[in-house]
Amino acid sequence: MQATVEKQRDATTRRVLPPHLRRLEAEAIEILREVAATARNPVMMYSIGKDSGVLLHLAAKAFYPGRPPFPLLHVDTTWKFRDMITHRDHVAGLYGARLLVHTNHEALARGISPITSGSSAHTQAMKTDALKQALDLHGFDVAIGGARRDEEKSRAKERIFSFRGADHSWDPRRQRPELWRLWNSNLGPGESLRVFPLSNWTELDVWEYTQAEGIPVVPLYFSALRPVVVREGALIVRDDERLPLREGETPELRRVRFRSLGCYPLSAAVESEAEDLDAVIRELRVSRQSERQGRLIDADETASMERKKREGYF
Amino acid sequence: MDGAVTAFTGRTHRPNRDLLRFLTCGSVDDGKSTLIGRLLFETGQVPEDQLATLERDSRRFGTDGANLDYALLLDGLEAEREQGITIDVAYRYMSTPRRSFIIADTPGHEQYTRNMATGASTCDAAVVLVDAAKGITAQTARHSRIVALFGIRHVILAVNKIDLVADDPSVFEAIRAAYADLVADLGFRSVLAIPVSARRGDNLTAPSAATPWYDGPSLIQALEDLPVADTGIARPFRMSVQYVNRPDAHFRGYAGTIASGEVRVGDALAVCPGGRTATLARILSGDVEVTQAQAGDAVTLELAESVDVARGDVLALADDRPAASDRLNVRLLWMGDQPFDPARRHQVKLGARTLPARLTLANGAATLAANEVADGLLSLPSAVAADAFRDDPAQGAFVLIDRGTGVTVAAGVITDVPDHTAHIHQSPVAVSRQAHELLNGHQGGVVWLTGLSGAGKSTVAQALQQSLHGRGCRTVLLDGDNLRHGLNRDLGFSDADRAENVRRTGEAARLFAEAGVIAICALISPRQADRDAVRARFDGGRFVEVFVDASLESCRARDPKGLYARASAGTIPGFTGIAAPYEAPSAPDLTLATEQLSPSLAAETVRGLLEERGWL
Repeated sequence: MQATVEKQRDATTRRVLPPHLRRLEAEAIEILREVAATARNPVMMYSIGKDSGVLLHLAAKAFYPGRPPFPLLHVDTTWKFRDMITHRDHVAGLYGARLLVHTNHEALARGISPITSGSSAHTQAMKTDALKQALDLHGFDVAIGGARRDEEKSRAKERIFSFRGADHSWDPRRQRPELWRLWNSNLGPGESLRVFPLSNWTELDVWEYTQAEGIPVVPLYFSALRPVVVREGALIVRDDERLPLREGETPELRRVRFRSLGCYPLSAAVESEAEDLDAVIRELRVSRQSERQGRLIDADETASMERKKREGYF
Repeated sequence: MDGAVTAFTGRTHRPNRDLLRFLTCGSVDDGKSTLIGRLLFETGQVPEDQLATLERDSRRFGTDGANLDYALLLDGLEAEREQGITIDVAYRYMSTPRRSFIIADTPGHEQYTRNMATGASTCDAAVVLVDAAKGITAQTARHSRIVALFGIRHVILAVNKIDLVADDPSVFEAIRAAYADLVADLGFRSVLAIPVSARRGDNLTAPSAATPWYDGPSLIQALEDLPVADTGIARPFRMSVQYVNRPDAHFRGYAGTIASGEVRVGDALAVCPGGRTATLARILSGDVEVTQAQAGDAVTLELAESVDVARGDVLALADDRPAASDRLNVRLLWMGDQPFDPARRHQVKLGARTLPARLTLANGAATLAANEVADGLLSLPSAVAADAFRDDPAQGAFVLIDRGTGVTVAAGVITDVPDHTAHIHQSPVAVSRQAHELLNGHQGGVVWLTGLSGAGKSTVAQALQQSLHGRGCRTVLLDGDNLRHGLNRDLGFSDADRAENVRRTGEAARLFAEAGVIAICALISPRQADRDAVRARFDGGRFVEVFVDASLESCRARDPKGLYARASAGTIPGFTGIAAPYEAPSAPDLTLATEQLSPSLAAETVRGLLEERGWL
């Protein structure tokens, strides 16, 4: 945070955001403050991606000159790219945030992994179950997340203050009406909220804002030569020796980048020449593919995201 | 049309485009989801991988034969795809070279009207769909009323499925005219009717050859031309304090989003209600210090002087403040599954304030069913700073929350802030207090007995009444428990209800005192502020506050009504002394230690005081 602030104070003129980004920024800051004012024990989910980066930056602005009055929580599946973990620790230090890391060690001990268990079982154990464990362990009543409605059809149906019943379950047919900016944060025992300040942002908004505000991002979003194997048409970057090579597979160096980051064996890269933010934004404006096309866990079956969310997935 | 309409295909982008939020609404099956899906498709906003999914889903769930079913781009819930209806609002994002759009695709089904209202509350404009073959329905009217209630002033009437009526201009014209009549008194600034076919794509992004008789804009052009919502900059400055930022002893900032107007460093600000003033010392916009900020900015304000400001207070310019009232005239949409029940406890969320509220429906109505719109009066435990919704949409809207379930059960707007005492003039009295007192042979006044349950208030009150009666005095005994069976039977034990209980009893006692009667009031009345408020209604010396003092232990040991036992067992929540505080009088006129005094001796002590004061 300190470095960012100094840089901005040095600037003689204030950067002018386009009107639609200013409106989105103000809305997100208002949501973050509302959580801080009404939650008993809130936490901000930090998944290291571009949305998390924007969320953390907005939190730094919302509570300046104080620090965000909640910790960051990273649910570590142990299968993130090494670059992501390095970035996570660097950014937490930069913003002076308290970082909690939680892993489902019980599932890890059972040998759950994306390689041997498949994407569905791995996601359930290492993401959904791990998240619920972490929220229960610390007694968090509100979890702030960076999910956007433009990511996926069932996300488009979600409230900004999304009510979760016992065991973190989501019932899309019984969502609270959510009017104006009058968010209802009432909770009974065992109930919790997931709060999404970036609900109304699009992928392009996130990148334009990241560029305008100089927010640090993981280098994996930029094109570079990386070791790639092709599986069922998806470009999988082999981040370490844990990804077994199938017969006939030899990783080859290709110029690729990521639009969406998750567990590395489940995140497909795209071929790209975009080596910086300007190029990423240019590429995005003409792209004919959606951001989550590389997310293998979404493609499990129709409505799979909705089912994951009903069970407590973010 | 001149062909320029093709320019918005693709994701061309200009950094300075603005943002328009609109919703689509109307009856079930009039094609809302299809319209938006088609709009997204035609403006090139549907990525190829989603198109592939759409083709797959259309074969499986589609309702348009072999053709793509564009509604499936939107209906994201399993139950929606299975039933072919929209259950909850979906938000979609679209941009053209001129504008970014946030589209709320809302359900048409009556059962899900509250989800439609959810979408409407944040939008600048509405696209109301009508099925050309069916014409205007009850839902068309209902949705239009809700849209107007929530402040939307621009409506586009999309007469859909024009292909089903053979593109007949007379059908279109009849619907347009009928709709104009329907909404004539809803206060819309613009209503533009467009004949469309969502399935065929007619007049969505380009003029259709099928409707040569229509020479207006396509839907997308009309949406690009609509004015975005009033930014509120021209109105007076208002900011509801959302969060008090106090990271250390050196900084105290008031964070919030400016609802309307502008503010500059050096401005004199009033903290409303209450009206303390202070000078604006610094404005932080995020982590940057600025000298001026305006409506829509999320800022943190630092004041030069140290005044008490809490979340929910409204900051305004000292010379242009909002009204303050504990009563608000409102119009609201009931959204609860259960009808409105005056016996249930509700709280209102108004700006950053959340406080208990009592709703009284206008015209004597006792209940309100889901999806009904009604007028009413909101009574609050204390005055709040408030503006009417038409003057300040950001601060004039509210939601009602059921305190038992935590669910949002109504949404509404402040229609006006009544200065409810300004227009009520007191009737002249035919017989004056002095005339009454002359006849009675003593003064009128109030003896207010306060203390814990079981302290002996009622016992002392009865002894006092007997003693005074024996002296030939006219008395009345207002016992808290007895009043709760009649005058105050609608009140519970929330802080607000307890305050109202004390206020009403005090007002009843005042009427007796005016008639020259000595009113003896016996009620716990746990808050000093409430008792002080009653005292303030009397001119000097006619209100005597008597503290009936017994320790909690001895009250609990006496427990004449068995209430302490039940409170400890948890069957009486919020019982004073157990789960709710009792504030002993800070400066009572008299303290009666009932652990030492007998009831008759206590009564004589009070009578002695009244003689001393010249009442008797």
